[in-house]
Amino acid sequence: MTRKVLRGLHAAALTGTLVLSSGSAFAADPIKLGVLEDQSGDFAVATIGKVHAIQLAAEEINKAGGIMGRPLELVTYDTQSDNTRYQEFMRRVLQRDKVDVVFAGFSSASREAYRPIVDQFNGFAFYNNQYEGGVCDGHMIVTGAVPEQQFSTLIPYMMEKYGKKVYTLAADYNFGQISAEWVRNIVKDNGGTMAGEEFIPLGVSQFSQSIQNIQKAKPDFVVTLLVGTAQASYYEQAAAANVNLPMASSVNVGQGYEHKRFKPPSLKDMFVTTNYIEEIDTPTGKAFLAKFKAKFPSEPYVNQEAENSYLAVYLYKQMVERAKSTSRDEIRKVIALGDVCMDAPEGKVCIDPKSQHMSHTIYLAKVGADHSISFPKTWEDIKPYWLGEAGCDLTKKDPTAQYTPSNPPPKP
Amino acid sequence: MDIASLVFSSLYQFGDAFAFLVLSACGLAVIFGMMGVINLAHGEFIMCGAYVTVASAHAGLPLPLAIAAGTIVSALVGVLVELVVIRHLYERPLDTIVATWGLSLIATQGTLIALGSSMQGVGTPFGSFQVGNYSYSVYRLVLFASALAVLGGLYALFNWTRFGVIARATIQVPQMAAALGVDTRLIYSLTFACGAGLAGLAGGLYAPTMTLVPTMGATFIMEAFVTVVVGGADVFLGTAPAGAVLAVVKSAMTSWQGQLFGQIGLLVAVIFVIRILPKGLSGFLLRERT
Repeated sequence: MTRKVLRGLHAAALTGTLVLSSGSAFAADPIKLGVLEDQSGDFAVATIGKVHAIQLAAEEINKAGGIMGRPLELVTYDTQSDNTRYQEFMRRVLQRDKVDVVFAGFSSASREAYRPIVDQFNGFAFYNNQYEGGVCDGHMIVTGAVPEQQFSTLIPYMMEKYGKKVYTLAADYNFGQISAEWVRNIVKDNGGTMAGEEFIPLGVSQFSQSIQNIQKAKPDFVVTLLVGTAQASYYEQAAAANVNLPMASSVNVGQGYEHKRFKPPSLKDMFVTTNYIEEIDTPTGKAFLAKFKAKFPSEPYVNQEAENSYLAVYLYKQMVERAKSTSRDEIRKVIALGDVCMDAPEGKVCIDPKSQHMSHTIYLAKVGADHSISFPKTWEDIKPYWLGEAGCDLTKKDPTAQYTPSNPPPKP
Repeated sequence: MDIASLVFSSLYQFGDAFAFLVLSACGLAVIFGMMGVINLAHGEFIMCGAYVTVASAHAGLPLPLAIAAGTIVSALVGVLVELVVIRHLYERPLDTIVATWGLSLIATQGTLIALGSSMQGVGTPFGSFQVGNYSYSVYRLVLFASALAVLGGLYALFNWTRFGVIARATIQVPQMAAALGVDTRLIYSLTFACGAGLAGLAGGLYAPTMTLVPTMGATFIMEAFVTVVVGGADVFLGTAPAGAVLAVVKSAMTSWQGQLFGQIGLLVAVIFVIRILPKGLSGFLLRERT
């Protein structure tokens, strides 16, 4: 094909888009929602369901008349579990597709990869994932659970039940390191000791030596903060070596449904704090699951991040309708009122204006020997208090930074 | 802790690392070390072996037969790949990188689309045993024994059988072998299938201990290439000593400072070996004979 023909086609394509966009201006303009989630690669197991949840919510909203009469249009890209793809596609949705809001990200590494781009282009993004906490950024809304919701509940429960010697096995990147710091602090505050800590590079799948290190340290229970499918091999290998220690986690079961993927009893006595998993037996939870399975019958599991993504679409709808605008500044004025709440599948959730994080109902899920799930305890309305107490107040100041317990917001 | 259990635990960790290095590398040692095809789809042959093994086991086949099925299917896929792609690229080793990388992407994404994001495992057989304060998985000893058996089998195949002699002759001087009446295309094909089958065997053996996802091959590939590069061109005299040396480095570093240092140790060891012995350990060991 000659260059001239190519140029002609290019011009035709351009005019085509022009005609299309001017045509659609007569109808109600769609509200564009960018979706950047991993549909392939190492994290796909946990994140394909997030895309489906967003599709489900968008379909329901569009059937019911859209947002302020405007249809919701999804602009979806597969980020391939690759941080550089997040940066590439984040630029694309903000600059070329000019979306109104972006729902993006699974791993904390990818969130920190794209967040500066959202800040730079003055975008608006939802991170619908549990994580290590601490993001104080007015351009972001976080609907996932954070350590004060997952660990302040889980770790004291485990220490009371099994003992005060704790071993942490965590993925070696920002999520694992910061979460391990949280665990360390909570264990210390409750009068316990750390029997040991090991950080595992992402992609490692062989754990014989780590298993032996754990047996040597003789902890009362192991906190597993392992991420990605390769690292999930730990459970099978630990079970085969008969480690037989209770486990506690903020990421397993609720994200990667390891209890469905591995043969029982490798996840026996795993305790997880999560704000939703498909086994949760409440009327709203079951109704959500039924709707999900009706649209996606072959979905292997509906996890907490799928629920976070689903509720986030409705939350966005509510905020836009109350603000009567898709502008981030108008929406943040609504958030500042402090009463943005909704009835999600997990229960009632609200946005905290100081940190723009969410309150959650936290369920303690216990995996049995046959990999069935029971819920020994539920904590209602657990607030994401840490950032606000530490000094992050987005209603006054937007530092666009991430803080940790050892690196808190500067005192005014 | 008494000395005996300490010694046993070190030996066990060494054997475990050795088995992983050798089993992930031996298929690649045939395809890359011997034939010179830089096979970036090696991990996907492993994944293929693992998936077929688990699917057969779910269908009711006993595990050893399921592993055999995984090995055979991978070998057949190897024949097909050789016929369609690799055969045309023997003269262009650098192009094989791109071609096999493409194959690997197609295989990973194709599996994701066709079979979904994961598959339920079969569970590790044989249970555990106790030595001193530690408990160990019996299956890990089976893996170590399998690694030794595979190495022994490869040595016998390439040194004692007619096929082995012809295969080595064909790969060293193809024109001469053809002039002597050898069907070199067939030999290339069979040798490639042998490498693919060994990769499938590694996948089948590790399938019960791992999470089954389309990207699982990637966790083998670093160890496989490192072992083959350190080992050099000879399948047996390269892979066996390379596996042993690297397993000592890896298990010692991991027990001392954790997994991260285990990986660092592995890569530093490679840098040293290829700096001092560019033809790998087998080049060094065979120098006296030539």
